[in-house]
Amino acid sequence: MKRVGVFVCHCGTNIAGTVDCAKVAEAAKDFPNVEYSVDYKYMCSEPGQEMIKQAIQEHKLDRIVVASCSPRMHEPTFRNCVEKAGLNPYYVEMANIREHCSWVHPNEKERATEKAIDLVKMAVAKAVKNQPLQKTTIPVTDRALVIGGGIAGIQAALDLANAGHVVDIVEREPSIGGKMAQLDKTFPTLDCSACILTPKMVDAAGHPNINLLTYSEVEKVDGFVGNFDVTIRQRARSVKMDVCTGCGICMEKCPVKVDSEFELGLAKRRAIYTPFPQAIPNKPVIDREHCTYFIKGKCGICSKVCPAGAIDYTQQDELITRRYGAIIVATGFTLFDHSVYGEYGYGKYPDVITGLQFERLINASGPTMGKLKRPSDHKEPKNIVIITCVGSRDETKGKSYCSRTCCMYSAKHASLIRDKIKDSKVYIFYMDMRTPGKGYEEFYDRSREVYGTQYIRGRVSKIYPQNDKLIVRGEDTLLSQPVEVEADLVILATAMVAQPDADKLAQKIGIGYDKDNFYTEAHPKLAPVETHTQGVYLAGACQGPKDIPDSVAQASAAAAKACALLSKPEILTEPIVSEVDEKTCAGCGTCVLICPYKAIDLKTLTERIAGKTVERKVATVNEGLCQGCGACTVACRSGSIYLKHYTDEQILAEVNALCL
Amino acid sequence: MKYAYYPGCSLSSTGIEYDMSTREIAKVLGIELWEIPEWNCCGASSAHLTDHLLALALPARNLAIAEEAGLDVAIPCAACYARSKATEVAVNESEEMKKTIQEVIERKYEGKSKARSLLEIIGENVQRDSIKERVHFLLSELKPACYYGCLLVRPTRTAFDDPEDPQSMDQLLRVFGAETVDWSHKTECCGASHETSAKPEIGLTIMQKIFAAAQNAGANCLVTACPLCMNNLDMRQNEVEKHFNTKYNLPVFYFTELVGLALGIEPAKLGLNKHFVDAMPLVQQVLNRKGGEQA
Repeated sequence: MKRVGVFVCHCGTNIAGTVDCAKVAEAAKDFPNVEYSVDYKYMCSEPGQEMIKQAIQEHKLDRIVVASCSPRMHEPTFRNCVEKAGLNPYYVEMANIREHCSWVHPNEKERATEKAIDLVKMAVAKAVKNQPLQKTTIPVTDRALVIGGGIAGIQAALDLANAGHVVDIVEREPSIGGKMAQLDKTFPTLDCSACILTPKMVDAAGHPNINLLTYSEVEKVDGFVGNFDVTIRQRARSVKMDVCTGCGICMEKCPVKVDSEFELGLAKRRAIYTPFPQAIPNKPVIDREHCTYFIKGKCGICSKVCPAGAIDYTQQDELITRRYGAIIVATGFTLFDHSVYGEYGYGKYPDVITGLQFERLINASGPTMGKLKRPSDHKEPKNIVIITCVGSRDETKGKSYCSRTCCMYSAKHASLIRDKIKDSKVYIFYMDMRTPGKGYEEFYDRSREVYGTQYIRGRVSKIYPQNDKLIVRGEDTLLSQPVEVEADLVILATAMVAQPDADKLAQKIGIGYDKDNFYTEAHPKLAPVETHTQGVYLAGACQGPKDIPDSVAQASAAAAKACALLSKPEILTEPIVSEVDEKTCAGCGTCVLICPYKAIDLKTLTERIAGKTVERKVATVNEGLCQGCGACTVACRSGSIYLKHYTDEQILAEVNALCL
Repeated sequence: MKYAYYPGCSLSSTGIEYDMSTREIAKVLGIELWEIPEWNCCGASSAHLTDHLLALALPARNLAIAEEAGLDVAIPCAACYARSKATEVAVNESEEMKKTIQEVIERKYEGKSKARSLLEIIGENVQRDSIKERVHFLLSELKPACYYGCLLVRPTRTAFDDPEDPQSMDQLLRVFGAETVDWSHKTECCGASHETSAKPEIGLTIMQKIFAAAQNAGANCLVTACPLCMNNLDMRQNEVEKHFNTKYNLPVFYFTELVGLALGIEPAKLGLNKHFVDAMPLVQQVLNRKGGEQA
C-alpha cells in the first residue's frame, strides 16, 4: 500500500487568488492512498520544503504530490527535496494548478477549484504508479566545436580556451572575422570595428587551445551530448598552409578578376585571394570556379611566382572526423535581398545600396579608402537618404520581425557621413525608432542634435532616377504630407535574416529552427543559449537578429554552459527515456523514422526458437540521445516502446482517476 | 476565343476610340466579343465610397450574366476591371458574401466567370499567335512610355502583372516593333480624381511629372489602357503645358489603337483622329514605313 502526501501551494495569490487551496487540500484527503494533505503559502520556499521532508518522516510517506506551478518551473526543486528525505526523486508528481488552472480561469473561482481538485486527483493516481528511476552516467569528451568564426564564435572559443578546454573553430570562409570584419565603426561608441575585432582574431589564432579550420564546413553530426562525432569537410585551398608564407605575390600576379564577396561587389579580387588584408589565416585560397588553371588547364602563374612553392593544384577536400563534448553554433546571419522591392527599384539603381555596402564605402580599408563616393559616377554624395525597416516589419514581402540593429546602425551611418562630408545632409525615413540599449538613446539623440540628421517618420513609396539624382518620395506621417527628397545616394537598412542554408545545418545537428530559419533556444527566458538538444548551444545572430554587444554576451554565456559540461569527466543523464519491449517489437522501424533526435536504431537479435537459431530486428534506444519526447511511443503500432515515467499504465491511471 | 465584353460607360462616350479599336482588333485577332446584354454601371468611385455591399453587388450582376453564358469577361477600362475583380475575389473568398450578393442581385453568381483585363487577354492572344504574318506596319517609329496607371496592376494580391514595374503592355507593343522605354512613372496616379475635385492644380502637378518623366526617358508618346488616364493625359496636356510654360507634345494612345495600326486597320476606324493632342503626324510616320519595311 502506497502512502501519498499531497502539498497544495498558494504561490502567494497566484493560485490562492483563484483556487481555494484549503478546500483542495481537504478534498485530497479522501483520495485513495492519501495519508496526509496540507496547503501552504510558498511550497518551494525553505520552510515549505522542510514541511515536505518532515511529513515524509512523520507519516512514512513514499509518494509525494505537489500541486503548484508548472513542472518546468519547480519539478527539479521538489525532486531534490524528496531525495534529501531519502526517497527516489521520481516519486514526486506535480499537479500544475497555476499555469493550467488559476492563471487561465481568473474569473471562475469555484470551477477553478473543482478543476484543481481533479488535477490533484489525477496526480495522486499517477504518483501511486510511479517507479523509482536511476540516473546513469556517460563520459564527456573534453573538446568543443564552435561552428562559425565571426565575433560570436571567436568570443565563445576564446572563453572556452581560456578555461582550459580545447576548441576547434569551423569557418566556411577562407578567413575568420565574419560580418564584423566588414564594418567600419561600431555603435554606440564609434570605435573602429577592425581595431576591436582583429586583436581577438589574432588571439584566437595564436591560442594554444584553439584550432582554426577555415574554408571548412560541417558535413555530418552523429552522437550525443558529451560525445558528438562530427565530420568536417576541409575544402581544398590549393595552397599548402604549412609552406605558404602569406607574402601575397600570387594575388598580385593572378590575372583573373572577379567581384569580391567581402567588398559586396564594390571591388574586385583575384582568383587566388584572401578576403581582406587582415585575414586570419593570412594565406590565400584558389577559387576554383574562376581560376583559369582549373577552367582551362592553362595559366599556372601563381605557381610560377610563388617563392615558397606553396601552390598545389592537386589538393583534395579532406574529411576530418572528431569527437566533441559540446557544440556551439555561431553561424551568424546574412542580409535581406532588397531586390524584391519594386518601390526601391528592384536592385537596379547603382546608387541604392545596402547598409553593409555603405560600411565598405566609408571604411578606410574599403574600395574607396574611406572616401565616400557613390557607385555610379564616383562623385561625393551630398544628399543622402537612409530607409530603415527594409525587409523587416513587413509581412507582405519581408519578415515580420524587427531586425533590432537597423535603427542604431542607421543613426551611426548618418553620423559617419556628416563626420566625413561636412556640407552633407542626411535624411532617415523610419517607422519607429528603437534604441533599447545602454547608451543607445543618447547616441540617437546625438545623431539628431550634433550631426543634424533629419528624421522623417514614414515610409518611402517610390525611388526613381531623375537626371543624376534619385528622387525619394514618401510620406511624413507626423505632418500628414507627402515629401520628396532629391538624393545622391540611398542607403537601405536591410534586415538581418538567417543564413540561406541555416535549416540544413540545423537538420544535420538536430536542433530546432523557427519560421524564419533562426535557431530556437530551449527557453526564451530561462534557457536562451541552450537548444533542445543537450550539449548544443547557440551564440550570436544565428538565433535571431543581434548587435555586437548582445552577440558577445551570448557567446560568453554559451561558453559558460559548455564549460560546465566539459569540466566534468562524466555527466548524469535523465532517466526519463524510451525503452523497447523486445518481446513484442516487430522491428518495423517506424520509431526510427519518427524520432527527432536520431536516438533509435534497429539492431539484430539472435534467438533460439524451437531449437532453431532465428535472427530478427528490434528497435533499440540510445539513452544518451533520447530526450524523452515520447513521439516513438505514439508511433509504435504494437505498443512495444514506452517512455519511462509516462508509461501507458501511469497515464491511464490518471485518465481513470478523472473519468471513472 | 470568346469573351463576354463589358465596355463600361466611358467606352461609349469619352473613351469611344478605345471601344472602336478594341472591336476592330478583336475581329482581326479572332477574338469574339459578346457584349453583356443590358450591362449596368460598375460602380467605380461613387459606389465604393458609399457602400461596400453596393460596390460589390453592381459588378456582380454583370459577372452573373456572363457566368450564365459560361464566359469570362473582357474589360477594357481599368476602373471597371478593378471593381469587377474585387467582386470576383470577394465571392470566391467568402461563402457568406457570395450568399448576400446573390440575394441582392437576385441572380446566381458563383465566382466562376472571371473578370479579366483586356490588356491581359490581348497580350495572351498576340504572344500565342503567329502574329508576325499579320503585321502590316511595324511600330518602330514609336518610342512609347507604357503607362499602366494606378488601378490596372493593383492590388498585388490580384494583379496579373508586377505592381511596381509592370511589363505586359511593353511586351505586347514590342511584338509589333515599338521601342518602349524603361521609365519611372508607369504606375503613378494620373491625377484624374483631383481634376474632378476641388483642387485641379494638384492634378496638373501630378500630370506634369508624368509627362516630364516620359520625355526624359526618351519617349515620343504615351500608351494607356484606361479611359480616365487617357482623358486626363490627352485632354489636359495643353493645360499642363500652359500652366508650367513648357511643351511636351506627347500623343497619348490606347494600346488597342497601336495594335490596330500595326495590324493594318484604317486609323479613322480606330478613332485615331479623335485625339486632343494630335496623334496623326506620328501615325503618319508609322504608315510611311510600309512597303519594303513591312514585317
